[in-house]
Amino acid sequence: MSKSTSRNEKAEKIRRLMVTEGDAVATNTRGFNTGRYESVANLDDYEELKQEARAIKEDAIERLPELLEQVRETVEANGGTVYLANDAADANRYIREVCEDEAAERVVKSKSMTSEEIEVNEDLESAGIDVVETDLGEWVLQVADEAPSHIVAPAIHKSRQGIADLFNEVFADELDDPLETAEELTMFAREQLGEKIEGADVGMTGANFITADTGTLALVTSEGNARKSAVVPDTHVAVAGVEKIVPSVEDLQPFVELIGRSGTGQDITSYISLLTPPVESPPVDFADDETPIAEGSKSDRAFHLVLIDNGRLAMREDEQLKETLYCIRCSACSNVCANFQSVGGHAFGGETYSGGIATGWEAGIEGLDTAAEFNDLCTGCSRCVEACPVGIDIPWINTVVRDRINRGESSEFDWLVDGLTPDEESGGMDLGKRFFGNFSTVAKVGSATAPLSNWVAQTSVARTAMERVLGIDRRRELPAFQRQTLVKWFDTRGGSRVDAADATREAVLYPDLYTNHVQVERGQAAVRALEALDVHVRIPDISSSGRAPLSQGMIATAEQHAHEVYGALAEHVDAERDIVVVEPSDLAMFDREYEKFLPAKSHERLSEHSYEVMEYLYGLLHNGGDASVLRNAGDRSAETDAVAYHSHCQQRTLGLEGHTVAVLENLGYDVLTSETECCGMAGSFGYKSEYYELSMDVGSRLQDQFTAPEGQGRTVVASGTSCLEQLDALLSRPTQHPVELVAPK
Amino acid sequence: MATGTVSTFEDSLERLDVGWTRTSPEAVESTLAELIRGPAVGVALAESLSLPESVRRDPTPADLREAKTGVTMASLAIADYGSLVLESTPEGAEQVSLFPDLHVAVLYESDIVDGMEEAFSWLGPRLREGGTDGKSAILATGPSATADMGSLVRGAHGPKAVHVVIVADDEDENEAERVDE
Ligand code: SF4
Repeated sequence: MSKSTSRNEKAEKIRRLMVTEGDAVATNTRGFNTGRYESVANLDDYEELKQEARAIKEDAIERLPELLEQVRETVEANGGTVYLANDAADANRYIREVCEDEAAERVVKSKSMTSEEIEVNEDLESAGIDVVETDLGEWVLQVADEAPSHIVAPAIHKSRQGIADLFNEVFADELDDPLETAEELTMFAREQLGEKIEGADVGMTGANFITADTGTLALVTSEGNARKSAVVPDTHVAVAGVEKIVPSVEDLQPFVELIGRSGTGQDITSYISLLTPPVESPPVDFADDETPIAEGSKSDRAFHLVLIDNGRLAMREDEQLKETLYCIRCSACSNVCANFQSVGGHAFGGETYSGGIATGWEAGIEGLDTAAEFNDLCTGCSRCVEACPVGIDIPWINTVVRDRINRGESSEFDWLVDGLTPDEESGGMDLGKRFFGNFSTVAKVGSATAPLSNWVAQTSVARTAMERVLGIDRRRELPAFQRQTLVKWFDTRGGSRVDAADATREAVLYPDLYTNHVQVERGQAAVRALEALDVHVRIPDISSSGRAPLSQGMIATAEQHAHEVYGALAEHVDAERDIVVVEPSDLAMFDREYEKFLPAKSHERLSEHSYEVMEYLYGLLHNGGDASVLRNAGDRSAETDAVAYHSHCQQRTLGLEGHTVAVLENLGYDVLTSETECCGMAGSFGYKSEYYELSMDVGSRLQDQFTAPEGQGRTVVASGTSCLEQLDALLSRPTQHPVELVAPK
Repeated sequence: MATGTVSTFEDSLERLDVGWTRTSPEAVESTLAELIRGPAVGVALAESLSLPESVRRDPTPADLREAKTGVTMASLAIADYGSLVLESTPEGAEQVSLFPDLHVAVLYESDIVDGMEEAFSWLGPRLREGGTDGKSAILATGPSATADMGSLVRGAHGPKAVHVVIVADDEDENEAERVDE
């Protein structure tokens, strides 16, 4: 299949899902996400709890072999059995044998992603055993014969009306009146499932955590079906990945406080079951319903803990994928993700898992091919990083997997981009990715030959070729390269107008790729603003940060950039010059990703001395800088009083949105901030033909807010290049970087 | 336990839409009699507390199916969350708290702790201790609930409502009890 056909198919699938499931997914995930912000804000020691949770997971995975042994001992001492299954087939065979030994006709299950992973339902059903999902959402999917679209709330892609239609059709014979309300649907399901539970022979659950010191399973639920599934039948099978083990009961505390808040935004779910099976609660035999239950006893119970490896122990040995094992499957990274909010897990997911972290799980469990199906949907916006209760660098895992996928691909068209792609990659990767990854060279050639390069690029012949070979959607306006780069402009004007001797501070304005070649005006504005506050500015000709190659999964190339940039900036840092960055995604490189590429000391040094441009202005004003020299301070014209500001996703993750807002407010602006996590453009993502419509859908939320009455008349400012490009496509108003708004003419 | 703990607990219950009644050990029986809707099932409470006559002890599966109310003890409560720690017992406390539409939990005021950290410092030794009961527990917060059918509904597979009876205990007795544990 050619690249462009597969792009068309992908675009078509995404388009279809956005129409059929997009609204329900968006409403639910955004509700969860808002709930998370509110719920964690009420938790005084949120950050400490996250650190504790992270430390417990790091320690547990480190000591996993030892903890596995301990769990075996404690569970066996309690009277249960432990089986360590190598893979899905091994686990299913064991579970089937347990059921057959019990002559089981029916198994009732509570929700468990790990059981979905091994597809135990299909296996048991093929052996003639009836398997009933008792979680209401899972049951809806079982009735509808559909796959989960979310790791915590599996049926979020279905609306109440959709579920009502389904039940009214499937259960037409049992219903006098059609079901309509959520209450009616729930009570109907409760009744149906209640009967199934009463007659069940085996109860199957998952486990969110297993404590090694006691052999206790912690189950995080709300409906009560897991409680019934574990306590009614006399045989309990629990299926869990080996990574679920924590050392002790006390270790559960941070997770109990974090998991509900991070996921659906509840402070705590209705039930946290701490079961140490076989449990002392007597089984309930509804077939013999006149005998007091207390006459039964624990000795009637059997318990099997089936621990699943299925690739996890190998992930533990993989320095990059290992972090995935810390995941507690709370779903925060799905809910916060702008792309996930638009398409849900049926597009943004693999065989079992969905959302940002699914790339790690699917790569480790199923392999790179499965991860490759959806890995591109992570744009690296990084909003999930602070949402994750165990601090997993989810974008990094996506980048690593993308890099591995790239290395496995090859193409006959390599020659087409070869001249433009001086990268460190072994070749053979997707051409579009290679093109975007080498954008710094494209930009250099583009500026050198502008305006010709811009005209040529805009011709329909060129756009058709770009779309077919590189996958650049022709509906996108291409960035226009400027003949005079920022570096050249600065040289031509004779360097800084503030003498180093008279300056309050000295700063290096980092000429990031876009500011240098495309949005030169914002770089010029930054220079004027800094100089107005008596800063001596320098703009050396320095390599681009490596953000572009990194976003395409070209890690080796990105790393090369990191070394070059650090080499060029280190001397300035030593001379006590501050590094000022306009493009937030490049500052995020210095702060976050360079940690992976540079020695710790170097990374720290660069990160500590680097500032986002508005953050820097904030600092200058805070330290006595004269706000009145910035444009509009004092005598603004009325129409620029009100500002609508969209911060950049990575800038927000760095905690720097507030600085821009503070500077603007200090200068007398009334600021409305955007409520969306990401504008949808995300660097090259929105240019790609298979993702163009998704990108516009994500952006439409920003458009809605900025065109609603409260946002309508406001001057639009945004910090990121991509965000500005996206806003230009979405709004009929002009947009600008905040520094352009405040810099003196 | 500070007085603040109890009022924090009550605030949390209020937020969860869980009702509560404060009473004395002697009045537990009459308080329960007013709260329960029949038929009711229950498991024995702490030694000095009595269940009303109308509450069926030692329930059969048929009783569980029919019961409108289930009465059990709560071993501990967590003020910040409004959570109850319900321990499993060979008499079937877990089932009694789970099947009927209304769960009435009886709790000593002195068993309310501030936060999750205190709760887990209690649960750790308790779960490790072994013996015939107290090795499994449910941290229950509010009634059972689901949002899977399009909006939040109370009473999915478990109770639709929860009511807590908070029993005042005199300080000395309380101290003694703590030492026992
Ligand atoms: S990666 Fe983090 S945020 Fe995502 S599901 Fe796992 S624990 Fe939750």
